[in-house]
Order: sequence, then structure tokens, then C-alpha cells
Amino acid sequence: MATIVVLIVFALFLGAILTGGYNKQMLARFRSHWLWDWITTVDHKKIGILYLIGGTIFFVIGGIEALLMRTQLFYPNNDFMVGRTFNELLSMHGTTMIFFVAMPLLFALMNAVIPLQIGARDVAFPFLNALGFWLFLCGGLLMNLSWIFGNAPDSGWTNYVPIALNEYSAGTGIDYYVLGLQISGIGTLIGGLNFIVTIINMRTPGMSFLRMPLFTWTSFVSSALILFGFPPLTAGLFLVMFDRLFGANFFDVAAGGNPVIWQHLFWIFGHPEVYIVILPAFGIMSEVISTFAKKRLFGYTSMVFATLLIGFLGFMVWVHHMFTVGMGPVANSIFAIATMAIAVPTGIKVFNWLFTLWGGKIRFTTAMLYAVGFIPTFVLGGVTGVMLASPPGDYQYHDSYFVVAHFHYVLIGGTVFGILAGVYYWWPKMFGYLLNEKLGKLNFWLFFIGFHMTFFIQHFLGLFGMPRRVFTYQPEDQVELINQISTVGAFLQAVAVVVLVINVIYSYRNRVPAGNDPWDGRTLEWTITSPPPVYNFAQLPKVRALDAFWHEKMNGKKELEPAEPVGPIHMPNNTHLPFLMSLAFFVSGLGFVFRSNEVGALGLIFVFLVMFMRSFEQDHGYHIETDEIEKTEKGASV
Amino acid sequence: MSAQVDRTDASAGLPAHPERATMEGRNKVLGFWLLLGAETVMFACFFGTYLALRGSSMDGPTTQELYQIPMVALSTVILLTSSLTSVIGVHGMHQNNYKKMMFWFGVTVLLGLSFLGLEIYEFVEYVHEGHTFTGSAFGSAFYTLLGTHGAHVLFGVTWITTLMIQARKRGLNLDMAPKFYLASLYWHFVDVVWVFIFTVVYLMGKVS
Repeated sequence: MATIVVLIVFALFLGAILTGGYNKQMLARFRSHWLWDWITTVDHKKIGILYLIGGTIFFVIGGIEALLMRTQLFYPNNDFMVGRTFNELLSMHGTTMIFFVAMPLLFALMNAVIPLQIGARDVAFPFLNALGFWLFLCGGLLMNLSWIFGNAPDSGWTNYVPIALNEYSAGTGIDYYVLGLQISGIGTLIGGLNFIVTIINMRTPGMSFLRMPLFTWTSFVSSALILFGFPPLTAGLFLVMFDRLFGANFFDVAAGGNPVIWQHLFWIFGHPEVYIVILPAFGIMSEVISTFAKKRLFGYTSMVFATLLIGFLGFMVWVHHMFTVGMGPVANSIFAIATMAIAVPTGIKVFNWLFTLWGGKIRFTTAMLYAVGFIPTFVLGGVTGVMLASPPGDYQYHDSYFVVAHFHYVLIGGTVFGILAGVYYWWPKMFGYLLNEKLGKLNFWLFFIGFHMTFFIQHFLGLFGMPRRVFTYQPEDQVELINQISTVGAFLQAVAVVVLVINVIYSYRNRVPAGNDPWDGRTLEWTITSPPPVYNFAQLPKVRALDAFWHEKMNGKKELEPAEPVGPIHMPNNTHLPFLMSLAFFVSGLGFVFRSNEVGALGLIFVFLVMFMRSFEQDHGYHIETDEIEKTEKGASV
Repeated sequence: MSAQVDRTDASAGLPAHPERATMEGRNKVLGFWLLLGAETVMFACFFGTYLALRGSSMDGPTTQELYQIPMVALSTVILLTSSLTSVIGVHGMHQNNYKKMMFWFGVTVLLGLSFLGLEIYEFVEYVHEGHTFTGSAFGSAFYTLLGTHGAHVLFGVTWITTLMIQARKRGLNLDMAPKFYLASLYWHFVDVVWVFIFTVVYLMGKVS
């Protein structure tokens, strides 16, 4: 039945595209619709906004899943969400929050800000940038369709085999996980690659590597981690897919397979992944703290090298997730020491932030509150990380709520605080108006208190012996009160998110134009209008120092010296092919999920067709003429 | 710009390294090297999986019983030669010699196709001997590693063919040069992976 539906949809889709089965007027109407502009856009600023919207939608979904779980754990022996449903909730919550919330929201900020910070007119590959976004969205939608079409993935975000194989997880739940992540993973890989090339090749004259703002630096290293971290996940997902769909035996011990292979491949990806989502947050914090302390970042060079070191060590420590697998004391010791070593560069960063604050002229805006709240919170998460890095300790903490508390401290206290700081900080640049500070501060305090209430107490919950991923506990376990406090905290965080949404709506209705430079900024993005024109810089700026804009301000100038005369600017054309290609991937994924290999293969063939269509297309872009640029610039200054 | 003119005269004006002459070209070359880095990691994972599972042949034939070095050696020679011909093709591009470029890329495609033919023949033989994808963990790992490589060869053959069709229409210009250059980079990469497959899978499978 499902196969037929998919086949029909696919046939309609193919027929409409290949025969042009709609009349000319309809096509024109279609193209003039505002949505078409967003579907075909290759502008990094618009793609950044798309990522922001996509990530927020999944954030709400993942948040609801968390609230349902916390509600279930409010009473002992509660029967609100039990058994497989609870497993599905925890699996989807983890996967959604990591892959479809943390990464896209960071990509949103990276897209919106990096080209502006390095003085570029766009990213290196605008087409791939759009493709990356649509693949992320298709992957996320495919995975969340599992809630509608039957069972959701239920083997945790780590998807350990053999419980993720057909034998123990019947139905199609895991297939949504495998194919959804495979599709969005390709998008992420493309996005990371794009940022590396952009940062290496597209910097404006004078923007040497050691003059790049720290957010650009951390995103650069994080993109490199994506580039080398995601292929192991791709490989691992292929193995699970082949085992589940085509009867391979990678993980079936009876046929000579070995389940530990999945754990290795997953964590060779999974550990760099946590640095992928934390490093850009470090960068945001560095920008925010330096701006609102009105000081140059303390120890800029050591910050850069600490970032590189964290990126490098991030690949050397994956086995610390597998201490209890039983690989012996030698392997465990080596990886324990490597893990503890990461505390050194991270500590360097924390002290640099503190020294930047020291003696600064501090303004406590909402962004700054998040940055200042982040420092002690993240240090707490880091300290429990070092505790977990010790194998004998880990044998005690393993799979308990202590681990849950630890990674929520680094992922919320680090990444989410970073994203929220970045959103408050760059919102005026992205949209041209400021977010309300009063509501912002309310949002911060609710979120901050709610967060610590939820997770601080979970450290003790873990030490008292409550295992993670269980759907209930007994009254005699004496963990009822702790669980109830934790649940109340979770709802407080939800209220904070509602306040944020209200803030966005309120600030939009009562728009306060931000102007070019609302925060007295230090870097290039604050030299141009908010939101920036489509070409960003009418003339590429000439960078003469770190914190280029601040340097000019200190020399009594209002703007940067241009590095080139005014001239026509070359821009890429909009294209619908990224959307089409992602749609084909989506159909293919859905086909394989429904065990209809024909549809899966057809979708893939269509992917390659679109790829070759793109190759044959002669797309030279267009030019914005000089007088048009001058008109835009004049309009902006009035 | 008509295609006829392009093919003969316009190419004479190309700079020494046409693939890096434009910003777009430079971006493409750097981006492609990075993509090959990512591909290397993916293949490394499949190699690791194969090495972990190659002893698990269950009831099927073992590596020693299965592999026929002479035929695989022939495949290796064919693929290595195709790498050489693609180098000559890029050399032709650097000399602005359209005909030389097209001829040698054409030879590359033919060699790639004969490699694929031999590989398919080899797989059919193996299946007859009871070495199947679903039969054992060894079979799964073997066909995944070799199949991924074979799929890369197939994609490369298709890619170069379509590039040649484009070049026939448009001639050799600053737009086409990076494309051919990248295709040849890709082809070398596929070749290097095969060198590792020949060593790690076949030669080591024969001795261990």
C-alpha cells in the first residue's frame, strides 16, 4: 500500500518535471510567488535564515519529546509514556537535538556571519550551500515522518546494534533513523566543505588567518571536523542499512559479524561531533565577551591554537565512550589520558574569557548574560567530563543519569547558550531590528534557572543509581523528589522558550531599526547595513589589523578603506535544482524505508540525473551594475 | 560564441593552468581535494570493517581458496594504465590540444569500462563458488568495500563521458578545464584506492 502511494507520488513528480505538464501562466505564477524565491535562493544570508527556521521547528519538536519524557518520570510507576514509546521518545529527542537542532542552528549563524566577517560577497559554492540546507531539511522531515507512518527509531541516538537490527527492533523505525541521517549527513558534509573553501579562498585583502575573528576560526576547525568526522557515520549507516534491508551480516554474530564495529564507527564520528557543535559556540562566546567587555580578546593567538588542538585531540578519544565494552586496561588508559589532555586547551579558553572580562567595560546585554552564564555552566560540564574520562570512575557512572547531566551541561550550557547568545547578538544584523532586551533578560533568567534545576540535580540522581533510558522507578528508590524537581525545571525551560518566541513576535511588531552597528562592534559585519544588501560589500574592505573595524574606529575613522574601486559585482543565479535533488533523495529514502527498493533506486537515479543536469547547465550568473550599487548604498545611508 | 570556433581557436588563448585561472576554478580544485579527503576516511572505514571480518567466511570459501591473482593483476594493470592515460589527457589540456585531450580521456573511459567488465565477471564467478553478500560477514564486508569502489569507477566513467559530450559542444574553455582536471583527480583517487584493495584484500588475503 505504502509502496503504491510512494510510486504514484513519484510518477506525478517525474511526469510534472519532465513533461512540463503545467501551462506557461501557471509556471509564471509559480515563479513570482514569494516562496519560490526562498526555494531557489543561493544567498548565504537567506540560507542562514532558512537554517534558523528549520532548526527552530525541530527544536520545538525535540523539546516536546523531552517534556513528555520528564512528565512520565514525574511519579514513580507512572504509565503516561511507557516501554517502546518511551524508547522512541528518548531516541528521537537525542537524534533531533544533535542533528536537526544544534547543527542547523550553528549553520544558520555560520551562514549569516562568516562571509561578512571575512569580507566576502558569498560563500565559495552557493549552489552547494542551498543543497546542504535542503538535504538537512529532507533528512529531518524523513526521520520525523516516522511518528506519522508508524514506529519511530527506538535504539537511542547511538543506535547500538544488535538492538537496532531487525531481530530486536522490528518494523521500520530504525530505517527512518538510518536514511534520515544519511541524507542530512550528506548535507552537513557539503556545508562543512563549503565553509572550509570559503574561509581559505574568499578572504578580503589583508584578512590574514591570524586576523580572522574567532567565530570564523572555530567554525573553520569545526568544518574540518565535519569533513573527516562524518564519513565514518556514512560508512556505519551503510552497514546498518545493508544489514537491515539487504540481509548483510556485519553485526550478526551467528554469521561471523561483530557489533563492536558499529560502536567504533559511530564514536569515531560521535566524538568529533560533540566538538563540531561546541567549537562554534566557543567562537560566539569569544565575540560576544570581547564586544561587551569592550576589550580585545585576551590571548587571541592562544585561543586559535587551543581551538586547533581541541579539533585534533577530538579525533583521538572516541574509545572513552566504550570503556565498559572490555577492550582491556591498556586501550582504556591511553584513551583516558588523551581525553583528560583536552581539558588543557579548554582550560586555556576559559581563562582567556575570564581575562578578557577582567578590567573590561562590561555591558550586560542578553547576549552577554548568556556568555557569562555559559562560563561556570560549561566548566561544570567540563569537570564531570574529566571525572568520566577516568575508566574506574566511568564503570560506576556509565549509563546513569550522571552521564545525562554531564552532556546536557556541555550541550545546553555550551552549545545552546552559545546559539542563544549568537541569536541575540546577530539578530539585528540578520533582520535589521533588535530583539527586546527586557524580554531577553527574562528569557535568559528563566532558561538559566530552569536549566540548572533540571540538570544539576541529575548528577545526584545518577550517583544514587538511577540508570538513563528507563521509563520509570519505584517509590522505594527514593528518587521521586529529585525527578519532580528536574521535571519542573524542564517546564521552566519550556516557558523560557515561549518567552523567546514572544520576544521575536513583539520585537517584530515594535521594530527598532538596528542601524549598521548596534553593539559598537569590532568586526567587519558591523561595517555594512542591517540586513546587508545582496552583494554584502559594495567595495571589498581592506583589513589592517585584528578586530578590523575597531582598529579603524580607534584611528578616528568611521569605516574601512576600500580595497577596490566601485565596479559591477558578479552574483550567482537562483536555482531550483538543489531543492529538486533533495526531493529526489527524500523520495529515495522513503522508498528504502518502505522496503520498496525500486522506488529507492529510482530516487537515486533521479539524484544523479539532476547532478548531470547541473553539470550540463551553463550558469554564468549575473552582474549588478555600478549605478544600481550606488543607488542601493545611497538609499541605505539615508 | 559558437562551439565550432571554441574548439579550434579559442582554446589557443587558455593560460598555462586553465583549471586554476578563475576563482571558481580555484574553489573547485580546493573543494575537490577536501572531498577526496572525506572519501578517503569513508574507504578507510570500509577497509577496517573488511579487515575485522575477513576471517568470518563461515561455510563459504576462504580468501586463499577464492582469490585468483592473475585476473586481479590484469584488472590492476588496466586501472593503473587508465590513470596514466588520464594524465596524458590533462597534459593535452595544458597544451591547449583539444584532440589529444579528448582522445586520451576516451581511452580512459574504455579502460575503465573493461575494468568494470572484469570485476563483474569476477563477482559472478565468486557467487558461483558460494561467496555471496548475505552468506557470511566476510562476504558482506568484501562486496561492500569492492562494490563501493566499483560504484566509484562507474560514476567516474559516466562523469568523464558526459564531460566529453559537453566539450564536443562547447570546446575547451575556462569553464570546462576545471571539470576535466577534477575528473582526472577523481580518477587517480579511485586508482589509489584500488592499489590498496589489491594489496590489503587480494595479496594479504593470499598469504594470511
